[in-house]
Amino acid sequence: MSEQKLLEVLDCSVSYGPIQALNGVSLSVNQGEIVALLGANGAGKTTLLQTMSGLLRPTSGQVIYQGMDITGMEAEKIVEKHLIHVPEHRQIFSTMTVLDNLYLGAYHHRKTTNKQAIEENIKKVFELFPILSDRKDQMGGTMSGGQQQMLAIARGMMAEPDLLLLDEPTLGLAPLIAKDVLELVGDLRKQFGTTILLIEQNLHASLKVADRGYVISHGEIIKSGSSSELLNDPEVKEAYLGHTVH
Amino acid sequence: MQDFLQFTLTGITIGSIYAIVALGFVTIYSVTKVINLAQGEFVMLGGLTMFSLVSVGVPYWLSFIATILFVTFIGWLMENLLIRRAKGADAISLIILTIGTSIFIRGISSMVWGKDQHTVAPFTKNTPVEIGGASITPQSIWVILIMLLVVGLMYMFIDKTMLGKAFQASSVNPMAARLMGISPKRMSSFSFVLSAALGAIAGLAIAPIIFPAYDMGAMLGIKGFSAAILGGLGSAPGAVIGGLLIGLFESMGAGYISSGMKDIITFSIFLLILIIRPNGILGEKTIGKGGL
Ligand SMILES: Nc1ncnc2c1ncn2[C@@H]1O[C@H](COP(=O)(O)OP(=O)(O)O)[C@@H](O)[C@H]1O
Ligand SMILES: [Mg+2]
Repeated sequence: MSEQKLLEVLDCSVSYGPIQALNGVSLSVNQGEIVALLGANGAGKTTLLQTMSGLLRPTSGQVIYQGMDITGMEAEKIVEKHLIHVPEHRQIFSTMTVLDNLYLGAYHHRKTTNKQAIEENIKKVFELFPILSDRKDQMGGTMSGGQQQMLAIARGMMAEPDLLLLDEPTLGLAPLIAKDVLELVGDLRKQFGTTILLIEQNLHASLKVADRGYVISHGEIIKSGSSSELLNDPEVKEAYLGHTVH
Repeated sequence: MQDFLQFTLTGITIGSIYAIVALGFVTIYSVTKVINLAQGEFVMLGGLTMFSLVSVGVPYWLSFIATILFVTFIGWLMENLLIRRAKGADAISLIILTIGTSIFIRGISSMVWGKDQHTVAPFTKNTPVEIGGASITPQSIWVILIMLLVVGLMYMFIDKTMLGKAFQASSVNPMAARLMGISPKRMSSFSFVLSAALGAIAGLAIAPIIFPAYDMGAMLGIKGFSAAILGGLGSAPGAVIGGLLIGLFESMGAGYISSGMKDIITFSIFLLILIIRPNGILGEKTIGKGGL
């Protein structure tokens, strides 16, 4: 695996009005990695992801993607660079069919890709998520939480991501289903070579699929290291005590 | 029974126009959450532009196209010059902005077309046709056909084209839509363009029936808005049903009770239905969530 930096966040601060949610955060994701971003509720994980995908603008700092400064670029433009954000709480188009949700995932390359390539991708995600194939004409909102999460990820894959940002894909899922979803994250890299930044609250489960991770607390990165380092770090364990459900 | 049939035909004719105007409201509201009270002015501009073109001898088919293009351009201007700049303003401010726009358009129009009513000849020879003892003019049949065509085209657009799906996505979940690369600015602009086109079509279709004048937009706008609310703001099928119902209330009220009272009767029934079903007829699932 090359050590080429795909994404770099440099000293980013983000505020919601008077509330500062991120305070000088820096992190990087290399080509081909799965990196976990861990932290308790309200730590600033979602804020950081939204800053990467252009939904939020940092008050200071930079976001560099594929060597290009994308700080402050509009979200709908960043998508065109194949930096794809699968948001928290799934956010599928609930009154539209599963198939339409998937087509919309490919919306940004409707001009550059031919129809056939999009159909090919639909086939590929159906192989990965057979349940979606069975339900393709069902309204997205009528599916179970786990199925909706699969749809959200599949929709993200339709955009052919070079870097996939996953915001708490296991949130609110039953433990067994959560396990499936995390295994799937590993499969995505195996099958498509996708680089992934994974947000999770569950320390153990996510570090099992990730190569390394960052721990964020109160808007600051407090620890980073390989998965095994983080798992054995007493401070990390302590930071997590009382936060994890397990 | 014969009266009833007659009033029904009249009601469906005018109701078709309200339905198209209501679709215009829904189109803008579902994507931008703006209630565009200048919607009626698009209809007025449609009627009067049609009048000007036809009166200088431009063939009807060309007048249709030119009218739609012109009013569409006005809709685009309105979004680009006003609405977009006020993004982030609260709902009330945006509504007031659209009211201001409507007064402005009406003012300019009264200078261009004067304050008189104008006459536009019907699209085709207008000898009434008998249906079961009631009569309907060919122009009314045109109006109903145009409404059906508009509804069909809107359905095709929203459901079958990628742009239509993006439009729908933007209304269901604007944040997720952005993450798919769908630009909210483009969709907002597009909703005004589409809505202005709908207004223009309503205006040109009704021009031979109602003698268009610069101030016709207000009442048509209110009726169309009521139709949209009645259907459940945000629902396209609801807008069509709401439009037809308002048209029917109006013609039944005028026919059975008194034509001077038709607006009072219409709005009384409208309010009564809203008291019973505050979210409108089809509004239960869609209100607030958008979703055409
Ligand atoms: N839209 C918002 N407006 C104001 N404060 C917000 C908003 N979103 C998040 N915050 C605050 O920013 C901090 C970080 O939130 P978030 O990034 O959602 O955390 P996480 O995803 O780690 O749970 C929290 O204190 C939260 O209350
Ligand atoms: Mg979060």
